[in-house]
Amino acid sequence: MSGALKIELGRRYHFAASHRLHSPHLTEEENWRVFGKCNNPYGHGHNYVLEVSLSGEVDPATGMIANLGDLDAFVEREILEDFDHKSLNEDVPAFRDKVPTTENLCIEIFHRLKTFPKAKLERIRVQETGNNSFEYAGDNLEGNRT
Amino acid sequence: MTRKIEFSASHLYHNPGFSPEENRRIFGKCNNPHGHGHNYTLEVTVAGEPDPVTGMVLDLKELKEILEREVMQRMDHRHLNYEVPELAGQIPTSENIARVIWQLLEPKITHGKLHRVRLYESPDLFADCYRNGAGGADKP
Repeated sequence: MSGALKIELGRRYHFAASHRLHSPHLTEEENWRVFGKCNNPYGHGHNYVLEVSLSGEVDPATGMIANLGDLDAFVEREILEDFDHKSLNEDVPAFRDKVPTTENLCIEIFHRLKTFPKAKLERIRVQETGNNSFEYAGDNLEGNRT
Repeated sequence: MTRKIEFSASHLYHNPGFSPEENRRIFGKCNNPHGHGHNYTLEVTVAGEPDPVTGMVLDLKELKEILEREVMQRMDHRHLNYEVPELAGQIPTSENIARVIWQLLEPKITHGKLHRVRLYESPDLFADCYRNGAGGADKP
């Protein structure tokens, strides 16, 4: 048995948003070929599930890595207020010139959440549908998880 | 390989070192002195090479028995604050319960190695426990 025990806290959040996958660098035909029905000009939507994983010391006084109230308020302010029941293309500035795929959504969400002051953000996972999910860990590469 | 079990237990969050106001502020409704309960879901992942004869990392029957003895009999339909000695003196958060379950299971698993313990308190809240250097919580 080597290595200390590590504890992570996982919390899931839900938001609904619309998007359209379309690149201004491609022609209409190319957009349709690459993005298929996700290129529909009127957009479409998903019920996204965001999974946030945090690590840190478990405070012996509270038994917690981070107080859930603090985490929930942070995610509400940083993510849900801006994304829930919004158009990712129209309402989120980061996607004005970036295709709002769930890969890019992961990167945007990770950068917003990594400033959480009470614990270390290990990674996030975004589930776009029950069959598609994407993960992003920033610089926390697999080999660095020691 | 991952085995999932479910158990139901009650608990409350209270630190006797805090004032009543601090306990309420920090723990919120989890500080209700009469306690409350959850249906916990536990996922236990064991990693290793499949035995060349049986094709198994660990006989599932053996893992089921270990989980029954170490987790179900200790925690199912129990009050985690008062009836589980391994949690005495600790706030029974998911983080602490996951760690206690790890400590109970690790020495009992003799084929393969315990890789991850994931304990769901609800579908939207869970804690993972694993050993540093084991490759991360989501890469069994």
